[in-house]
Amino acid sequence: MAAVTSPDPLPLPVGALLVAAGGTVGVLARALLTQPVAPGAWPWRTFVVNVVGSLLLGALLAVLQRGPDVGRRRAVRLGVGTGVLGGFTTYSTFALEVEQLVATGHAATGVAYALGSVVLGVVAAGAGLLLVGRVLAFRPPRDDAAGGPS
Amino acid sequence: MIVVVALAGGLGAATRFVVDTGVSRGRARLPLGTLVVNVTACLLLGALTGWLLAHPGHDGVRGVVGVGFLGGYSTFSTASVEAARLLLAGRGAAGVLHAVGMLVACVAAAVAGLWLTSP
Repeated sequence: MAAVTSPDPLPLPVGALLVAAGGTVGVLARALLTQPVAPGAWPWRTFVVNVVGSLLLGALLAVLQRGPDVGRRRAVRLGVGTGVLGGFTTYSTFALEVEQLVATGHAATGVAYALGSVVLGVVAAGAGLLLVGRVLAFRPPRDDAAGGPS
Repeated sequence: MIVVVALAGGLGAATRFVVDTGVSRGRARLPLGTLVVNVTACLLLGALTGWLLAHPGHDGVRGVVGVGFLGGYSTFSTASVEAARLLLAGRGAAGVLHAVGMLVACVAAAVAGLWLTSP
């Protein structure tokens, strides 16, 4: 389409390859950390993976959004953010765990796990965005994408 | 085996990127790409789980497709960041709707998938 607002030197297939490489690493880490849980038990591993992943993605984006989403910044956002951290966390396993808890008669645990994960995930992502943003605000921005003094 | 799971996860993550890019094109106000990705992921994992109830003994399929591809395709961290950004931008109602709507839609999709394929 003609709706190009900024020059984008990273074609879709290159972006997809970066995301695939990062996603492989993220999914490997999650596969090594998680395992099926006993019926009725709180799925601690998925819970921690999703909340920690949300915190790390918030922190990463706080660093990256100090400059334009081009060049190396865009490559890191896609490879590490969309790829590693997007693949590390999972919504599908989380939703099925909620369904299994409710279906096996542990409705209270299921609802607590569902709301606890979502609320803590949003709080963790917001904390990552805000806290890292605050820390970086005391330091001059690095102008590595555009080049030259600002 | 875990290498195949991880590679399937990379493929899932790339699929998410392509679907999200296609859905989000021209719709900047409400991030809907992640919703589409997560709802389809939960529907498919529900369907896979139901199918595995009827076809026991396919632990490899569960690992590669369920943990790997669909786990890499869906994402929790991006959903959290999108809701947090809406809240931090002062769009409280949109942020809560995004988070709760995603949860309800995804669990409903998982139930629907299970219902479709359960014996």
